[in-house]
Amino acid sequence: MLLAEITDTGLAALTYGLGAIGPGIGIGYLVGQSVQAMARQPEAAGMVRTTMFLGIAFVEALALIGFVVFFLGGA
Amino acid sequence: MIFGLEFPPLGHIVDWPGFVGEGEWWEINKVVLIYGLSALFTALIFTLGNKKQLVPTGAQNLAEVSVEFIEDQIVLPTMGHEGLKWTPYLTSLFFFIFFCNIFEVIPIFQMPANARIALPMFLALLTYVLYNLAGIREHGLFGYFKAMLFPPGVPKALYILVTPIELISTFIVRPFSHTVRLFANLLAGHILLVTFAILSAGLFTAKWYAVFLPLPAFAVVFFTAFEVMVSFLQAYVFALLSGVYIGLSVSHDH
Repeated sequence: MLLAEITDTGLAALTYGLGAIGPGIGIGYLVGQSVQAMARQPEAAGMVRTTMFLGIAFVEALALIGFVVFFLGGA
Repeated sequence: MIFGLEFPPLGHIVDWPGFVGEGEWWEINKVVLIYGLSALFTALIFTLGNKKQLVPTGAQNLAEVSVEFIEDQIVLPTMGHEGLKWTPYLTSLFFFIFFCNIFEVIPIFQMPANARIALPMFLALLTYVLYNLAGIREHGLFGYFKAMLFPPGVPKALYILVTPIELISTFIVRPFSHTVRLFANLLAGHILLVTFAILSAGLFTAKWYAVFLPLPAFAVVFFTAFEVMVSFLQAYVFALLSGVYIGLSVSHDH
């Protein structure tokens, strides 16, 4: 059986991969929209950039918690 | 064993033997040395930059540019003009974290002090205590918890839902995610560099000209540059979020 051969480490890596999908989409959408905002209104670029980093920090935290859980579960 | 190469377990790449006092509470190892050097450099920026010449030179120039950067990019957007008294705290926080991170790419050291959870956790808890105290001083003990847990402008019935969410997200999850964001970013970067360094070292011992293969060797160079950017960005994000949290707890408009 294939399922019987999956180890804890393999499962942790797989789960981290699944968990990284959401934040990946989130950061892509966030940066894309920010670039569009900066292109439309270059004078607001500084404010948009600060807010963008803030948003990235919040979204990225999800992926990073997954990364930590990966080590807790896998090692 | 991957590709016939031995990858060290996680403990080996972040755990360093002590120079003196192995196993004692005051043990001095590489990470403690990095804490000390970073604190020293941060103090140097404050002391050497404090010259007050009309035309700034050298260290004063650097200090003025960086304080201006912290004020324009972190303090003013998050706290407004009342927040200017927090500039010294956020400046020292930014520089201390940045110096701790940048040791990742400095030869001989090559260890970000923030890849051990102790320092990010301490800094996040320090910020946590500070913004709660600042909020209590601004609103009073009762007023602060009322402002945090019962945000105005929400229909009364919804407080059953909103208050537990606010309680968990503000007082429990916030310091945790603040810690993990810095810690995991630096740990991930460190593992990335170690992995590619081991790969290229393994290829080099097999066939010396293998270092000129595009993937492992150039990846080490590329990721080193990437880690410099991450060091700066994570120090910036940590200070920015500290500013946001302080700003949220002292603001009156919500």
